[in-house]
Amino acid sequence: MLTGILVSGLGLGSMYGLVALGFHITFAVSGTVNFAQGSAVTLGAVLGYAFGVRLGWPMPLAAAAALAGCALLGLAVERLLVRPFVARGSDAWLLATVAGGIILDNALLFTFGKEPRSLPSALVAAPVQVLGAGIYPLQLAIPAVGIAAALAIRAVFRGTELGRVLLAVAQNTEAARLMGIDVGRTIACAFALSAVLAGTAGLLIAPLFSVSAEMGALFGIKAFAVAILGGIGSATGVVLAGLLYGLVEAGVTATLGSGATQIVVFSVIILALALRPNGLLGRAAVNKV
Amino acid sequence: MPQRPHAARLTRRLALGTLLAGVACLGFDLGPVRAAEPVRIGLVTALSGQSAKSGEAISRGIGLAIDEINKQGGVLGRPLELVARDDEANPSKGVLAARELIQRAGVVALIGGLDTPVSMAIVPIANQMKVPFVGPWAAGTGITRNGAADNYVFRVSAVDALVDEALVAYAQKTYGAKKPGAILVNNAWGESNQQGIVAALKAAGLPSAGIEKYEANDLDMVPQLTRLREAGADALFLVGNVGPSAQVVKSLDRMGWDVPVVSHWGPAGGRFDELAGPGAARVHFVQTFTFAGNENPKAKAVLEALKAKYPAIKSMADVTPAVGIANAYDATHLIALAIRAAGSTEGPKLRDGFYKVAPYPGLIKTYETPFAPGRHDALGPADYVFSRFRNGEIVAVAQ
Repeated sequence: MLTGILVSGLGLGSMYGLVALGFHITFAVSGTVNFAQGSAVTLGAVLGYAFGVRLGWPMPLAAAAALAGCALLGLAVERLLVRPFVARGSDAWLLATVAGGIILDNALLFTFGKEPRSLPSALVAAPVQVLGAGIYPLQLAIPAVGIAAALAIRAVFRGTELGRVLLAVAQNTEAARLMGIDVGRTIACAFALSAVLAGTAGLLIAPLFSVSAEMGALFGIKAFAVAILGGIGSATGVVLAGLLYGLVEAGVTATLGSGATQIVVFSVIILALALRPNGLLGRAAVNKV
Repeated sequence: MPQRPHAARLTRRLALGTLLAGVACLGFDLGPVRAAEPVRIGLVTALSGQSAKSGEAISRGIGLAIDEINKQGGVLGRPLELVARDDEANPSKGVLAARELIQRAGVVALIGGLDTPVSMAIVPIANQMKVPFVGPWAAGTGITRNGAADNYVFRVSAVDALVDEALVAYAQKTYGAKKPGAILVNNAWGESNQQGIVAALKAAGLPSAGIEKYEANDLDMVPQLTRLREAGADALFLVGNVGPSAQVVKSLDRMGWDVPVVSHWGPAGGRFDELAGPGAARVHFVQTFTFAGNENPKAKAVLEALKAKYPAIKSMADVTPAVGIANAYDATHLIALAIRAAGSTEGPKLRDGFYKVAPYPGLIKTYETPFAPGRHDALGPADYVFSRFRNGEIVAVAQ
C-alpha cells in the first residue's frame, strides 16, 4: 500500500511540478503566466498520439515533433495573447490566455475526436514488482524526468549564457534592454519552454491513462495551485510543492477515498498559504521606495 | 383598456375573425398540411465526451427504425422525425435539453441516453409534462420505478436491480465465487447498483468482501482494489463507464491480481480493449444484444441495413456497442406502435398506447406485451447475454 502511494504520488506529483515549472519560468522572466498550460499538456499527448499512432512514426521522433508543436503553441500564446496586452499595460493577458486554452481544447475536441484513445508505450507493457507493488517502468521514469527537468532548468539559469540573459530580463527589463539583450525574444523563449514542459508532462502520463481532448484542463488548475504553493518565483519550491501535492493526493485517496481528496488537498493548500503567504520557498516581494 | 371599450371589442372581433378564417383555411386543405407536418421524437444523450460512441449507436438505431417506419407510411399518416440534443453526460444540460425539446420543438416522446444521473433528472419533467420518456440505455432502477402515481417513463434496456441479480448468479455459477467484492462509480448509477448488489448477495446467501467507490475521473484504483484483495474478494463486480472501467483493469494488471471481473455493461460504451489493453478480455459484462454470432435473420437484415445507411460502418467494431443500436431500434419501433395504438400523440393517450402495443417481433426478441401498468421495462434477465471484448468486437461468452 505504502509503495503504491509513493509511486503514484511521486509520479503525478512530478507531473504537476513540470507544468508548474512552466508557470514559474514565464513568471520569473516576464511577470506573466500562461493559463493555457493545461491545454499544452493535452496538445503534447494528442500530437504524440497523432504522430506516433496515426502516422506510425517511431516514438522518439513523434515525441520530439509533439514537443516542437508545443513550443510553437507557447510562441503563439506569447505573441498573440500576452504581448499585445502587456504592451498596453493591461492585465487582460490573464483572461486572454484562459480563453486561448478553451479555444485550443475545443479545437482539439473537433480534430482529435471525442473518444479517449490509448497511447501505447513499451514502458507500460508489463509491470515490474517493487516492494510488493506492481509498477510500470514508466512510473519510475516519470519522477526521474520531472526532477531532472527541474535540475536542468536550475543549471541553465545559473550556469549558461541563456540563463544569465533570462535572469537579467527577470531582474530588470529596462537595464537588460540597454545592455543589448533582445527582451521580446527572451520572453518568447520562456513561453515556448514553458509549453514544452507541459507537453512533456502530457506525453509522459498519456500511456498510463488515456489520451483525450479534456485530459489537461484539471492538470493545469492543479499545477497553478502547486506553483502558488511552492512560491511561483522559486523553481525548487515549485517542484517540491508538486511532489508534496501528489503525495498528499495519493495518500488521502488511499486512506479516506477519492471523494475526500479535493476537499482535503485544497484545505491543506489554504492552510499552507495562511502559514507561508509567499509559498513554501517563495520570497516576499520587496517594495522598493 | 377600460377607457377604450369599442377599440378593445373591435380588436377582439378582428382576432376572432382572423382565427376563424385561419381554421377554415386549415380545414380546407387539412390533408396536405398535416401530412407534411412530421411527428417529432426527441433524443437527449451524450453525443460528445468519452461516451460519444454510445450516443452515436443510439442515434443510428433510431435513424434506421425511423427510416423503416416512414417507408411504411409513418404514424397517423405523418412522417416521424428525430430531434437530437447533446447532454454532455451532464444532468443540468439534459434537463435543459428535455424542456427545450418538449416546449419549443414540440416532441411527442423523448428517448434518453446512457447516463443514469441525466435520466433521473429528466424523469420528473417527463411525468410532470406528461410526455412519454423511453430509455434505450441508462439502467438505474429508479428511472422506471420512480414512484410517480402517473408514470410516463418506459425502458427498453437492462435494469440495475435485475442486472445485479444476474451478476451475482454469473459469478457464483461461472467462477464459484464465495465472497465477491464490488467496485462502483461514485454517482447515482453506482448508488443504484450498490443497493442492487447488496440485495442480490443477500438473496443468494453470500457474504460481501466490501463495496468500494471511485470518482469518474480517478486515474489509479489500486488503493480501493487493495482493500478488496485484503478483505479476501474472490470475484469483483464492476460498475462504471468505459474510461474508469479501463483504469480498473490497468490497476488490477499492475497489482498482478487475476481476480475474475463480472461487470455491468459500462465497458461496452467505447474502445474498452484499446484503453484497457490485453486485460480487457478477462472482463465479462452484461449485454442485451450482440450482432456477433447472432443467427437471428432479423439481426442480419438490420446489420445490412445499417451498413447501407451509414457507410462509416465497415467492420463489426463499428457496430459497437450493439446494445445502443438494438435497444434504440426496438424502442423507436415500440414508440411508433404505441402512437398507432393510441391513435393520438397526446401525452396521456400515448402513454396508455404503450400498454396496448400488440406483440411485436423486434430485433432483441419478440415482445409479447412489452409494457403494462406497473411494468414499464420491456426487457428482463432472460434477455441478458454475458459478453467480452475480442479484437475490438463484443462477442457473447460461450456458455
